[in-house]
Amino acid sequence: MEEARRPNQLFRNLNAKFAAIPMVLTALVVFVGGTIWTIVYSFTDSRLLPRENFVGLAQYERLWSSSKWLISIQNLFIYGVCLLIFSLVIGFILAALLDQKIRFENTFRTIFLYPFALSFIVTGLVWQWILNPQFGIEGVVRSWGWTSFSFDPLYNADIVIYGILIAAVWQSTGLIMCLMLAGLRGIDEDIWKAARVDGIPMWKTYLFIVIPMMRPVFITTLVIIASGIVRVYDLVVAQTGGGPGIASEVPAKYVYDAMFLSQNLGQGFAGSTMMLLSVLIVLIPWAYLEFGGKKRG
Amino acid sequence: MPSVVVRDVSLNFGSVEVLKSLNLEVGRGEFLVLLGPSGCGKSTLLNCIAGLLDVSQGQIFINERNVTWDEPKDRGIGMVFQSYALYPQMTVEGNLSFGLKNARLPKDEIATRIARAAEILQIEPLLKRKPLALSGGQRQRVAIGRALVRDVDVFLFDEPLSNLDAKLRSELRVEIKRLHQKLENTMIYVTHDQIEAMTLADRIAVMRGGIIQQLDTPQAIYSRPVNRFVAGFIGSPGMNFIEGEVVGGAAPAFDAGGIKVPLDRYEFGDGGARGGKAVFGVRPEHVALGDAAAAMPCQYDVEVEIVEPMGSDTLVWGKFAGQNLSFRVETERAVSVGDRVRIGFDPGRASLFDADGGERI
Amino acid sequence: MAELTLNYAQGDAATRADALAGPAGPKPRRALSRRNIFIYGTLIVVSMYYLLPLYVMIVTSLKGMPEIRMGNIFSPPVEITFEPWVKAWAQACTGLNCEGLSRGFWNSVRITVPSVVLSIAIASINGYALANWRFKGADIFFTILIFGAFIPYQVMLYPIVILLREMGLYGGLYGLILVHSIFGMPILTLLFRNYFTSLPEELFKAARVDGAGFWGIYFKIMLPMSLPIFVVAIILQVTGIWNDFLFGVVYTRPDYYPMTVQLNNIVNSVQGVKEYNVNMAATLLTGLVPLVVYFVSGKLFVRGIAAGAVKG
Repeated sequence: MEEARRPNQLFRNLNAKFAAIPMVLTALVVFVGGTIWTIVYSFTDSRLLPRENFVGLAQYERLWSSSKWLISIQNLFIYGVCLLIFSLVIGFILAALLDQKIRFENTFRTIFLYPFALSFIVTGLVWQWILNPQFGIEGVVRSWGWTSFSFDPLYNADIVIYGILIAAVWQSTGLIMCLMLAGLRGIDEDIWKAARVDGIPMWKTYLFIVIPMMRPVFITTLVIIASGIVRVYDLVVAQTGGGPGIASEVPAKYVYDAMFLSQNLGQGFAGSTMMLLSVLIVLIPWAYLEFGGKKRG
Repeated sequence: MPSVVVRDVSLNFGSVEVLKSLNLEVGRGEFLVLLGPSGCGKSTLLNCIAGLLDVSQGQIFINERNVTWDEPKDRGIGMVFQSYALYPQMTVEGNLSFGLKNARLPKDEIATRIARAAEILQIEPLLKRKPLALSGGQRQRVAIGRALVRDVDVFLFDEPLSNLDAKLRSELRVEIKRLHQKLENTMIYVTHDQIEAMTLADRIAVMRGGIIQQLDTPQAIYSRPVNRFVAGFIGSPGMNFIEGEVVGGAAPAFDAGGIKVPLDRYEFGDGGARGGKAVFGVRPEHVALGDAAAAMPCQYDVEVEIVEPMGSDTLVWGKFAGQNLSFRVETERAVSVGDRVRIGFDPGRASLFDADGGERI
Repeated sequence: MAELTLNYAQGDAATRADALAGPAGPKPRRALSRRNIFIYGTLIVVSMYYLLPLYVMIVTSLKGMPEIRMGNIFSPPVEITFEPWVKAWAQACTGLNCEGLSRGFWNSVRITVPSVVLSIAIASINGYALANWRFKGADIFFTILIFGAFIPYQVMLYPIVILLREMGLYGGLYGLILVHSIFGMPILTLLFRNYFTSLPEELFKAARVDGAGFWGIYFKIMLPMSLPIFVVAIILQVTGIWNDFLFGVVYTRPDYYPMTVQLNNIVNSVQGVKEYNVNMAATLLTGLVPLVVYFVSGKLFVRGIAAGAVKG
């Protein structure tokens, strides 16, 4: 009870610190510790089990000369760029349409958002079935008499990533629409009135006034989509399993396969470190803009 | 000729009647203030005049043209909003010119108009800045400028000063008045601030519940409010209301629990001096004290209960016929709690309201 | 203002008659204006793209295999059969066993319920400590936590395998529950911190003046006021954990595979003849829990994702 006179800094808010132990452990041990551990071991020649035999950048050299990894990166790039564009454009247009004081707004929103409640596994399996060349869209169109019709993305190595994209857009656009709608509803209504008094057509108001005003919403959405893109895994596993051949491999799957299927931990660590790097490239400028900028006024 | 005419305009949102068959005529060059508590429909009415809201019934004329179905941009109006509603990504110049460019005005015409507006509002040094880099007062000036460059006859203001602090508000108030004197445009101005209304208006329309309660000059509204609501809304500190009874007859008087106030100097309305329950209203600044009281037709003694010094004068509270009565006293006069003082007022400057409906008697 | 005439009350009889002929009342709008056709047309077409997979799933799961081979996937079933559902639930084969999805379903329940409870308990206390009991260094840990939400899980997969193995939890249900609690922490902590920050601070101060301590304030003041945010968190976690695949497949033995993993193994199993109707019934069954949560919670679901995402 001596401390009662002049409380020790360490024991102030003791309960709060006690309560924060899980958070501190998670942050330090799992997030920081785990990440550093993986980066460090990516410089070893670990195979079935991690071991401390450092081989410099050998794992990375091997990674970037592996055709499976190169295809993964290429797929991720196509998938990422297309998903960003499609989900932002479609998401924004849907949000703008829903924002026109329309009837049945709730119904439409419920319809656009329900896929987001479903897992990527379910999404992948449904679209695998719809895109089935024998019974799915291709089969149906052919049965109407257009026998040369061809739409079999999941069985065509050249376009398989677009098949996955269709499913991804279906699953995730609802979320983007909701974020955009929240952003639109946050725009001062007087701005719309002022634009109407100024006689500015609606599309111009969106393009030159509202969208620039929603920049923070767009940036946040971008970060959310981007961090989801890098993680894409379940969808590919369910929809194509990486096939045909290795045509629809993605980095996350490469890492999993290396770690848990082909006993090649070092490759897995190197691959996941590259994934981390790509996220940081998006994340650091964003965090700087979002938080660093504010502090400096 | 009237500049703006609102004829039998009603507006319903679903089953809620926001405006109830409203009529209003605003003269050319007139400064009309729509005044009322929040939710009274004043902003709604302004939005209807601007064309930002469709009316449910009735017509709106601007410059003798029926604009009921016209788009806001075709109505010949400029509008200033409470939140300024400046386009944040554009410079001040961009804000002023965006609407004009859109209307495909020639470049030199746009430049002339911006230069003129900037000169009038003294915002020339700000033209290249963005709204975020401006102070509240400067933003509001730019917002006024955006209405100015439209070169229209009718200006609509939707609580333009409510987001500013008290000092800036009074500064800009004077500027708006100056602007009106210079431009001689018709201005319709919405506010809930009665001081703004009194200082700016040629006429004030006091609104409540989608109905115009009284439409008159500030002076008339101040001295002859048509009902208890208007009387209580205008004036600060508020009017004293004393409940009692009107005794009619040859020498009408107001009887508040035995204390009689003769009403021979009071100007009764059309109904005359009917007897019955009533409310007697007298403004604190119309109650005199001491020597001044001696000159008043009615004099009473009251005990001082509370003293509120306000700087320029002091508000004193006492009991009159068992009910609260406040009155204004010069700061110099020393009044303290417990003093018995003699007060006096002139029933000719007071108001009498029906106890039930609150209408002026 | 001398020329200003204030009284037009009676007006000019001629102007008035003139005027009354003009437009009055609301601007007439045709229900089928080009604008409306464009808006509703687009929305309806897009709705069809969104509803199609759900429709196909339901229709396919109610058909027999012969009918699937004959017809197209969009036609409604001629003969409705629930046999695929029964089979998906109780008999479908994963390549390892033929117990259907039921085992996965119960595994998922046994994983989801404790994970949701644990993660929300931890995160709400964290959020409360961060919002009301700021202590030195707290913000640093919080920032790390939020950054952690964006780090690809793959980076942390193997270190966690080692940790769980050391703790003897690798492969079982408890390990997975722990993992879900850890990875639910960033978003939930953010959610709760923002919510508790939005509560009036005076309330907290008043409670402190009244002598309530850390836990007293949490249980007596904060918890009773936080029901909506708890519901949002529950929705977020139930759907998130139920839908997880990666952690399930990495951290559990086949006996404990959650429903998603089992579903994938059933549908993508290479053995035997593909029974599309059973596959779709199984897929629907797996999606049913989050779908029910979604449709029941409605606006709260939207609020959850908006709160979790926009403020991030």
